[in-house]
Amino acid sequence: MKKQSVVRGAAASPYLVWSLLFIVAPLLFVLWFAMTDRNGSFTFENLRSLTSYSQTFVMSVGFSLIATAICLIIGYPLAYCMSRASARARNILLVLLMLPMWISLLIRTYSLMALLDNGGLVSSFLVRLGFRKLTFIGTEGAVILGMIYDFLPYMVLPIYTSMTKLDVRYVEAAADLGCNGIRTMFKVIVPLTVPGIISGVTMVFVPSISTFYISQKLGGGSFDLIGDTIERQFQNAVTYHTGAAISLVMMILILISLAIMNKFSDGGEDIVV
Amino acid sequence: MNKDVLIRLNGISKSFDGETVLDNMDLEIHDKEFITLLGPSGCGKTTTLRIIGGFETPDTGDVFFDGERINDMPPYRRQVNTVFQRYALFPHLNVFDNIAFGLRVRKTPSGEIRTKVKEMLELVNLRGFERRKVSTLSGGQQQRVAIARALINQPKVLLLDEPLAALDLKLRKDMQVELKNIQQQTGITFIFVTHDQEEALSMSDTVVVMAGGRIQQIGSPTDIYNEPVNAFVADFIGESNILDGVMRRDFAVRFAGHEFVCVDKGFDANEAVDVVIRPEDVDVVAPEAGMLKGEVTGVTFKGVHYEIIVDVQGFKWMIQSTDYVSEGQTIGLSIDPDAIHIMKKSEFSGMFGDYSSFSDEFDELDKLPEEEAEESEEE
Repeated sequence: MKKQSVVRGAAASPYLVWSLLFIVAPLLFVLWFAMTDRNGSFTFENLRSLTSYSQTFVMSVGFSLIATAICLIIGYPLAYCMSRASARARNILLVLLMLPMWISLLIRTYSLMALLDNGGLVSSFLVRLGFRKLTFIGTEGAVILGMIYDFLPYMVLPIYTSMTKLDVRYVEAAADLGCNGIRTMFKVIVPLTVPGIISGVTMVFVPSISTFYISQKLGGGSFDLIGDTIERQFQNAVTYHTGAAISLVMMILILISLAIMNKFSDGGEDIVV
Repeated sequence: MNKDVLIRLNGISKSFDGETVLDNMDLEIHDKEFITLLGPSGCGKTTTLRIIGGFETPDTGDVFFDGERINDMPPYRRQVNTVFQRYALFPHLNVFDNIAFGLRVRKTPSGEIRTKVKEMLELVNLRGFERRKVSTLSGGQQQRVAIARALINQPKVLLLDEPLAALDLKLRKDMQVELKNIQQQTGITFIFVTHDQEEALSMSDTVVVMAGGRIQQIGSPTDIYNEPVNAFVADFIGESNILDGVMRRDFAVRFAGHEFVCVDKGFDANEAVDVVIRPEDVDVVAPEAGMLKGEVTGVTFKGVHYEIIVDVQGFKWMIQSTDYVSEGQTIGLSIDPDAIHIMKKSEFSGMFGDYSSFSDEFDELDKLPEEEAEESEEE
């Protein structure tokens, strides 16, 4: 018995060391920076100063919520169609969905920028069609579009997984009890795929709210999201402490929203991540 | 057309991936009838049920409900409800919401829903279970919820797909009685699918025996048992000794080297036939008093009776008797004329009814893979 637990401990030790070094320690650093001033003495001043960033917080949350909602609206039906498609079509769709994920996020965002730029492909195409010259870069729409484009697969995949696990007998039972297609969707399929929806929402919302790259490139510098703010604080040793405080608050906010979402899924044991 | 006929299947064929599951099937189901589709796994009984429920469309042939062709009518518009194999209760809803599901879809006022769910819970003996989660119920309780969920919609027909297969023996017997009572109380037509012949015989008004995608025989349980049409039916329903025989003339048949008086007629003179004799219809007598004589090769105590295997000129008979005989003993067999049942030769002749390879152990071994196959088929 004793021997076995030693072996088990040894097997787990690389992970333990790894998580201590790269997960626990950085978190402690963040905490430490957030609660100290430049001289290293304890202070709440950093946290108190965050009130000036409240507008940034609100805007970031707003953008991410909109992007997450649109991803859900696009992603849910897509995941449903994929789960119902023939094996062949399903594989093709899966590959199409995953393919962009193999390309670096930076490159994808740059490409989107090239497409949407003034004089870029989309705008010159529209002008040729006779539309007025439109500006995309620097609008809220472009930033949200960037979030949707970059994170949509993270919405579709967990929902798709829970769809394929859904027993077809429940769908048949619903039809048997008088549900047409739409009723079956809302009375049976959606409630039974809630774990997938929660995973998807989490996996889109969290990177959306913390992104800085998308807003810089597609927002044309006119939107300062939380991610951008944090990045800027950390570029200067003087403002490290403010940056850490913002990070800390955001981390707590995300943890709270995750906890709330888990409440919706029967204790959260079925979360597909 | 008979006014009493509620569902009519006309020349139904269905195949999956080139494999024929139903082969030109005709069937009439009468109003308020308890009808059972009985057969081994893969005989097409579940597919028949799914065609009536609307979950499969026949390749050829027509389905009529109350005189109306319903081939392409989706399940949700049919006046039919199903008790699924392993129930398919909605895991996200409690007992009350599961049972109320159909009424809510029909926008029934909530007061009426409450009364009706209460009635249903009484009917299936689950008073006070409203708020329970379905995952906390036992198999038998889930079964009852599934029945209540279907019956509350007052369907014209209730389809039951092996609903008792997952229950243990004792519970199964109780549920058989209960289902029969519910059917008589509600006056709803029950179409019941099973591979258990005893279940079929004890519950049904009409039994439909199926094999290889075709109906072998339709009749009352007593007809099916006493007058099987071929060797398959004789063997599938109860135990049978099936022998090759020759019909000498009306009321006289020759088999096992002996001519017997029987009660069957209407065959050609010297027509080759299958002769069925049920194990309980053979009397054990002294060797010299018997029509046939044989040596006992096996005796098994079954509680109510002994199961005796007797070798008569190389053919092993099974006999059920309350009198003990010992292995190796020579005994005489006596058979009354009305215990002899004559059948026309069929594709199943010679495949069943000889107990030469019989042993309880084999029987058990045979059953296991079959039941597993049944499960995976329905998956």
